[in-house]
Parts: sequence; C-alpha cells; structure tokens
Amino acid sequence: MQEIETVARQEQILHGATVDVTRSIDARGMPCPGPLMSLIGAIRESQVGDLIEVLSSDEGSRSDIPAWVQKARHELIEVVPEDGYARFVIRKAR
Amino acid sequence: MSADERFSLVLFSGTDDKLQAAATLAVGAAVMGRPVEIFLQYWALDAFRADRIEADHGVAPEAGDEGRMSMRAQGKPPWIELVRQAKDLGDVHVHACADSMEMFGIDQDDLDPVVDGVWGVASFFAEADGPVTFI
Repeated sequence: MQEIETVARQEQILHGATVDVTRSIDARGMPCPGPLMSLIGAIRESQVGDLIEVLSSDEGSRSDIPAWVQKARHELIEVVPEDGYARFVIRKAR
Repeated sequence: MSADERFSLVLFSGTDDKLQAAATLAVGAAVMGRPVEIFLQYWALDAFRADRIEADHGVAPEAGDEGRMSMRAQGKPPWIELVRQAKDLGDVHVHACADSMEMFGIDQDDLDPVVDGVWGVASFFAEADGPVTFI
C-alpha cells in the first residue's frame, strides 16, 4: 500500500481536521497491523512535539493505535470516525 | 501477567497462513514492548531456508480454496517482512532447533539471516521462562 504524504495545510482543508498536523499517513485499505506499523515508522522519523495523522479503515486500528500510543507513552490527540475509516492524530511525546 | 513478559513462540507449521498468523502475533508483542523468542522446528524451519523463504508455502488444509483466495485478497505483506519488522522494532530473537536442523542436514548458512542462531531445546527453555505458544 502506498503512503500519501501531504503538507499540513492541505490535509486540514481536505479532511476538515481540527488540528494542524506535521505529517499525514493514508493507510486506508491496509490490513492489520499495517496502519499501526506505518504510524510507528512515522513516529520514529519525527521530532518530539510533531503531530502525526493516520487514516485507517482497518477495524483493528481502533483499539490497536490507542493501545500502542499509551504503551509507547505518546499522546492521542483525537480519534475521528469518518465514512468507512477513522482518523487518528498522535503527538510524539518523547 | 506483566506487560513486559516474554512472548515465547514455537513455530512448527510451514504453511503461509500459519506463519502469517505467527508473524502478526510476534510483531504485535514486539511493538507492545514484550521481548519475543521464536523457536523454529520442522516445517517452519524449512520455510526459513534462504533459498525458499520467498516461495509459496501453501496454506493449511482447513483453508480450502475459499480461504486461500481470502488470504490472497487481503494483500498483506509476506510474513517474513513482518518478522523483519518485529526484529527491527523490538527485542525479538529467532533461533532454529538443532534437532530439526540435523533432520534436514542443513547448517545456519542455509537459513535466512533473520535467524539469529541454532539452539538445542534446553537453550530455548532457558529463555522461555513463561507460557509457550505453539503454532
């Protein structure tokens, strides 16, 4: 699956996001645990304080992403259900 | 159970569906911070041979044609990619069972580099100090 990176401003307009994100990952269509793995990869490449957005249509992500974010001690800023997928925004906390 | 308790996984089956399920468990445990110890026996060990790791290893008989097609349609990355990701992200080790190695008449050079070494079963249990999952 392809990851689509866009600048924060475009994302905000496209998805009606309520926060300015540093990086966006479109993991829709990826099976479990693909979206989580994409998020982990993005977190590793990011700076502390960056906001990462993940779009995922995988049902497992709805529990897995919050569970991992808590375990890895980052911060789940928001989870927004959209039509056929969910949008997660995570702040890299350390 | 502590969240950091070791996940000890014995892989016996060499079909792609079982290896896929096992690799998914391993990567999940690894990203949640659990050390993972994988021990390869029999047909799973055969699947980790360097010259056939990318090959089609088929699916378990219970999958049937429909199950086989469902797996293909899901389009997951190959199980070996998940094992590599697990090793990259967490504290994950893969060892081959010495007895199975002998049965196949192979040595570590015949295995994919993802395999860390060859162990006797006692060495595995020296590390696997909790429950063992067998697939």
